[in-house]
Amino acid sequence: MAKLTEIRWHGRGGQGAKTAALLFGEAVLGQGKHMQAFPEYGPERMGAPVQSFNRISDEPITLHCHVTSPQIVVVLDPTLIGTVDITHGLPDDGIIVINTDQPASKFREQLHLNGQKLYTVDASTISRETIGRDIPNTPMMGALVKATGILNFEEMIADTKGKLEKKFRSKPEVIEGNLKAIQRAYDEVKSE
Amino acid sequence: MKQINPDVCAAYPITPATEIMQIFASYVADGLVDTELVAVESEHSAMSASIGAAAAGARSMTATSSQGLALMWEMLYIAAGLRLPIVMPMVNRALSAPINIHCDHSDSMGTRDSGWIQINSENAQEVYDNIIQAVRIAEHPDIQLPAMVTYDGFIISHAMEPVDTYETEQVRKFIGPYKPMYSLLDIDHPITVGAIDLTDYYFEHRRALAEPTFHVLDVAEQVAADFEREFGRKYGIFELYKMDDAEVAIVVLGSTAGTAKVVIDGLRQNGVKAGMVKVRMFRPFPYKQIAEVLSSTKAVAVLDRSDGLAGMGGPVFGEVRSALYDSAKRPITANYIYGLGGRDITLAHIKSVYDDLLAIAKSGKLPEKLFSYLGVRE
Repeated sequence: MAKLTEIRWHGRGGQGAKTAALLFGEAVLGQGKHMQAFPEYGPERMGAPVQSFNRISDEPITLHCHVTSPQIVVVLDPTLIGTVDITHGLPDDGIIVINTDQPASKFREQLHLNGQKLYTVDASTISRETIGRDIPNTPMMGALVKATGILNFEEMIADTKGKLEKKFRSKPEVIEGNLKAIQRAYDEVKSE
Repeated sequence: MKQINPDVCAAYPITPATEIMQIFASYVADGLVDTELVAVESEHSAMSASIGAAAAGARSMTATSSQGLALMWEMLYIAAGLRLPIVMPMVNRALSAPINIHCDHSDSMGTRDSGWIQINSENAQEVYDNIIQAVRIAEHPDIQLPAMVTYDGFIISHAMEPVDTYETEQVRKFIGPYKPMYSLLDIDHPITVGAIDLTDYYFEHRRALAEPTFHVLDVAEQVAADFEREFGRKYGIFELYKMDDAEVAIVVLGSTAGTAKVVIDGLRQNGVKAGMVKVRMFRPFPYKQIAEVLSSTKAVAVLDRSDGLAGMGGPVFGEVRSALYDSAKRPITANYIYGLGGRDITLAHIKSVYDDLLAIAKSGKLPEKLFSYLGVRE
């Protein structure tokens, strides 16, 4: 099988980890790649730790087992660090993107990282300022693309715009807010 | 279902429900389909209403999963016994107890002797293609049986993956308008449906019910050939993966087949002659064809995503082993029960099965255990 990229999203119930994986999956599809997007289902409660996943490949993907060793981890809520083993299965050349207002260096020791690359972005502040609520999932898509280069950013923005326009036809402010959030996170994400 | 535009859909999805009927109900509400949606009070009633509608001459569909299918139980036999070609997407999920919402095949396996045609799907594309084909197979004049299209709960039902869809007009042309052979509403040709039938004729009618099951596989192949001409995708009663020269093989249903393909590709790179038979038509079961395909192998493992609780392994194993009995040349078989209640089946699990098969093939000895449990803590 051709090169397969796997992503794990960590969030809390209500933060949109599932929607992020699905929206990102659609953006991947929009760029002519093959993908899967699926959440981990369990008892669903607001605030409980949840995960969702993407698989991305240039070739059709037939794998249907769980994602256990993703190359990329996206953390929507920094309070999960220390509670959930967010680096589980992450290889030494993996990438972590965290939504936080703290500097990246703070997490290296805490997460016992080796060679993994660490990126941070204050997606909660961005989403509050652009969307009006702390829903960090869409800005984290922007940060993810910048940190990994896995998709063409302009194409992703155009694709997501189309999807949001379909979903929120009656709420243009939601569309604009989300697109701004993605753009800002893309511009503001920092490496160590 | 939207493209099929059935005349009647009845729905009451109980926990664990899927979004199928909910989304379909929105199509009805938005006027995107002409379907009469009957909201009922239980899945037993959903199947009852589907039966009533089908007996009245309507193209009738519903969808279910797990406990919902279990609650339909009584009516499933009636749908088949009355020869009503109802088509039903069926999301495979575990049965209680304990309570679980995840994938295994216990639900549909329990209905395997009900007279319903069962078509299994590996991925979302196959679900779509199989449902379209199921309409043609079920409604074929020589068949006239209900059909369920099964696919794995959560792994396929709640995951997003790309599907090539076809133009609605093309799909409707493929399935054609529904012309019921008999209809309660055709008052010029009155019929009786569901009459009492004791020692005098019950047996003859049940014997007659067996007749179409002898033709389903042929019809499924004809429909698949038409489907390939129209839509360009090839289907058979099973899919053979690298079976041409395979010495060790697994037999599997559903999404696990996709994961197994990755394992087989890896083994093939190392020169291991590994293959797979993915069963698409489970009811009726292609006994002869399976035996023919497997007779050239040395060792075969059947992977069952449900337990037969029969003292001799899972239901697919029973069928495959029975199919092989009359072969002059037959492989050694082993059975693995896996993935109950959504337990993950990993590449390593499947690889370990092939390792076992290679050892069996090399020694020529029967496995230590006829059936074992893969990925369980015991």
